[in-house]
Amino acid sequence: MKKLLLAAAAASICAAPAVAEVKVGMITTLSGGGAGLGIDVRDGFMLAIAQSGRDDIDVVIEDDQRKPDIAVQLSDKMIQSERVDVLTGIIWSNLAMAVVPAAVNQDVFYLSPNAGPSPLAGKGCNKNYFNVAWQNDNLHEAAGAYANTAGYTNSFILAPNYPAGTDALTGYKRFFEGDLAGEIYTKLGQTDYAAEIAQIRASGADSVFFFLPGGMGISFLKQYADSGIDLPVVGPAFSFDQGILQAVGGAALGVVNTSQWNKDIDNPTNAAFVESFQAEYGRLPSLYASQGFDTANLLLSALESASPSDADAFREALRAADFDSTRGDFAFGPNHHPIQTIYAREVIQEGDVFTNKIIGTALENHSDAYAADCKM
Amino acid sequence: MRIAEHWINGAVLIGIAALPLWALFIDEPFTITLVTRAVILALAAVGLNIVLGFGGLVSFGHAVFFGLGGYAMGILAYHAQTYTVLDLGFFTTEGTKSMPIIWLVAMGISAIAAFFIGLLCLRTSGVYFIMITLAFGQMFYYFAISWAQYGGEDGLSIYVRNGFPGLNTLVPIQFFGICFALLCLVLILKARLQRAPFGLALNALRQSEARVATMGLNPMRIKLLAFVLSGAITGLAGALFADLNRFVSPAMFSWQFSGELIVLIIIGGVGRLMGPVIGACVFVALEHFLGGLTDFWHVYLGLILLGIVLFGRGGLLGLLTGKEGAHV
Amino acid sequence: MSAILIIEQVLNGLQFGVMLFLMAAGLTLIFGVMGLINLAHGSLYMVGAFAAAAVAGATGSFLLGLVAALAAAALAGTLIEVVVIRRLYAAPHLDQVLATFALILVFSEGTRWIFGSFPLFLEIPDALSGPVTLPGGIEYPLYRLTLIGIGLAIAVGLWALIERTRIGIQIRAGENDREMIAALGVDISRLYTLIFALGAALAGLAGALVGAIQSVQVGMGEPVLILAFVVIVIGGIGSIRGAFIGALLVGLTDTLGGVFLPEVFKLFMEPGAAQKSGAAIASMGIYILMGCVLVWRPTGLFGARP
Repeated sequence: MKKLLLAAAAASICAAPAVAEVKVGMITTLSGGGAGLGIDVRDGFMLAIAQSGRDDIDVVIEDDQRKPDIAVQLSDKMIQSERVDVLTGIIWSNLAMAVVPAAVNQDVFYLSPNAGPSPLAGKGCNKNYFNVAWQNDNLHEAAGAYANTAGYTNSFILAPNYPAGTDALTGYKRFFEGDLAGEIYTKLGQTDYAAEIAQIRASGADSVFFFLPGGMGISFLKQYADSGIDLPVVGPAFSFDQGILQAVGGAALGVVNTSQWNKDIDNPTNAAFVESFQAEYGRLPSLYASQGFDTANLLLSALESASPSDADAFREALRAADFDSTRGDFAFGPNHHPIQTIYAREVIQEGDVFTNKIIGTALENHSDAYAADCKM
Repeated sequence: MRIAEHWINGAVLIGIAALPLWALFIDEPFTITLVTRAVILALAAVGLNIVLGFGGLVSFGHAVFFGLGGYAMGILAYHAQTYTVLDLGFFTTEGTKSMPIIWLVAMGISAIAAFFIGLLCLRTSGVYFIMITLAFGQMFYYFAISWAQYGGEDGLSIYVRNGFPGLNTLVPIQFFGICFALLCLVLILKARLQRAPFGLALNALRQSEARVATMGLNPMRIKLLAFVLSGAITGLAGALFADLNRFVSPAMFSWQFSGELIVLIIIGGVGRLMGPVIGACVFVALEHFLGGLTDFWHVYLGLILLGIVLFGRGGLLGLLTGKEGAHV
Repeated sequence: MSAILIIEQVLNGLQFGVMLFLMAAGLTLIFGVMGLINLAHGSLYMVGAFAAAAVAGATGSFLLGLVAALAAAALAGTLIEVVVIRRLYAAPHLDQVLATFALILVFSEGTRWIFGSFPLFLEIPDALSGPVTLPGGIEYPLYRLTLIGIGLAIAVGLWALIERTRIGIQIRAGENDREMIAALGVDISRLYTLIFALGAALAGLAGALVGAIQSVQVGMGEPVLILAFVVIVIGGIGSIRGAFIGALLVGLTDTLGGVFLPEVFKLFMEPGAAQKSGAAIASMGIYILMGCVLVWRPTGLFGARP
């Protein structure tokens, strides 16, 4: 038995393909409560790979179950066993913090399709780490900027009591020039917001900003709409994304949210993306799908001019960001995080489907607050 | 099929030692990482098995000690890696990257926590004990999530694995060696303990507390000692687990993890020396191979676990040796 | 902080409490009569919410959704009782924990298999949406008031069922001495299935009712399950009265703790830090409550003394 296995192992080493394949490892969330986001990133990414027509790119996809220790284990597997050149796919900041620093130190490239924790944008930045989505604070900063232009002067703000929640409120306050009627940290995973809504009602605020990703946001919006409070609500795109808007329903109508992407951004790449995504998967693409799609296209553009085996050339090719993004203009700042325009969108209803429409620009060519700390 | 238990135990240990060597030979370092994971989970479950299998106390909160061990490593290494001072008021330190010191701290803190938690929880029994240990787990979990200084929900990343004198711990096989040696050490200790007066008294306690009390022994004291010992071992496993992943997070405190530890023991066989070890190996293998098959692998995992409960009383060891394990 | 706000928060705590009671009642009955720890109770809550969302979405009727939730959860409960749980009554607690833990995995991923990974939509019926003005000028959502009403009605109904009917006599007898009532000619296995289905239906109903104001998604049952366990442990396992008191205590502690602790902390800390520490302590509040109760009374408030 052992002899047989050894023979098989030897054969597999000899049978290595003659063409230099590029191996990409995708660690993302495909099971459990947060699976919708991972599935969107994966589908967007694979759509771009399929459209490129290249068959020398091997994508290995694994499910991290949204558990940091599983993600670390998978990244070890991808690097040690699959020997991937590029890693991507992680959705959650805490998983990214567990995986990315160790991975990039082992000379693997990491392209982030979603999470952008602040340490990786500032002091902990790395030449092999590229963020194709946003720095975590970006959309919240844009929400603060939008609140100024909308004339709000007294906001009530809330987020879950964990680091991304603190970042969100910090980001909003960084740009918002008015006063705060209240600032609340809720429990992570909280499903009932009656107590917070009562405080909002009593606070005398003229607007509400919230960051409650996933199911938390659905619950909050439903309960807020039913409470009869009619203060305007602002938030980042995460609670108004295509995947969950249908579950919120009419409660989200008219809410303004900030996003670097929407399906009505007018450029040929985006139009083709929205159409082909719908044709392929039978649903409207989400923010996350667009980020997966852009990540794959960035990778493809770099592969056109360099191979990951030549790390320096490949890094330069990635940094050039010479690809057609679904969001229009796209460039990397000095810390390898996007410099991009962030829009204000409004939730509307098209027939039976709830979706978003761009109503203005919140921040033009916006970078992030941590770039100066990055010594690369 | 009836096989003597000590033969199985020996075969399992040899198998665990041989697999990484084979993986080293064919250059598959990830297999070594996977076996190391199983060994560490086994160590944690061996710790739990002291109270659960031998003492009959179903602790649904052992993730507390696992997490404390992990955070002991995380905090010490974090201060060492950032060159910042950890100020405890009465004592300041710049942290450390040395494994033996971290292990001692991890075991010490877990033991202290186990002492106080045990003091409160051991007043109850049965389902109430299950639930109050669960409550302590949840308290630590929510505390860790809101503990912003050490990363809150994001957890702490340690960039380089901690060091052990004379070894390069970053080489997978050497780190495996450390973990395996610790597991063997703990197993030997536990085997001796089982035959010592303390072990016999603990076993008797599970069957009849009143009889032990009439023998003139103090049941509370015996249970508390077992709980502290159990917590310290699980804490050690936590420190190793954090080093394996070079990362700690509140997930180590989650009730799901406490549940997983119990699952490991039941798969292998309750109250048996090697039950948790076999359970951990099987669980890690299932997780690895089923996860590769389908997105919906939890369904199959659930069905397999159900099968084990319904048809395999006494766990895998029970099946192989034809003897049911201890009743809890 | 005004009196109106305090009253409103107390109402919120009550509403949360009575919904917890629906979960906890089934759990405590099942434990009290059959001696079974059912971790899969949260899955039945999820089944109820998904059934309600699917049927309400297809028919447009919230009421039909509720009926579907009751039926689906009772059916799922009967199914798992007959197929799995029945074999475990004599088994140690440990086997029960593992088996029902396995059922959680099967139900969660099975639901995702059928309904996909995205949350479902379930809406408050038009007749119950929006706020009403209570005496004293408090604006409060009508739907939440309805939930309080339904929860209290069910609590009274359960009390009547157990204290005033023949089935209730059998249930109470079953809690005291299983062998005896079997010897008296009661079909014990049918009684068990019935109680399990009843508990499941209550959990499903809670899932559907709460699903209308929360997110209907895979995994929604587990946080509630943990809370329901806290409730029955505080109240004393097996006691419906204990579950009711425990549910209200937990509901009020959780809601009021989250609101008032940060305010208390602000008295001696700067606001930002007070907000964060207050929220952190508040999230541990109910577990601290449970710890205190168990230290004071090791079998809960209304549990049988050993």
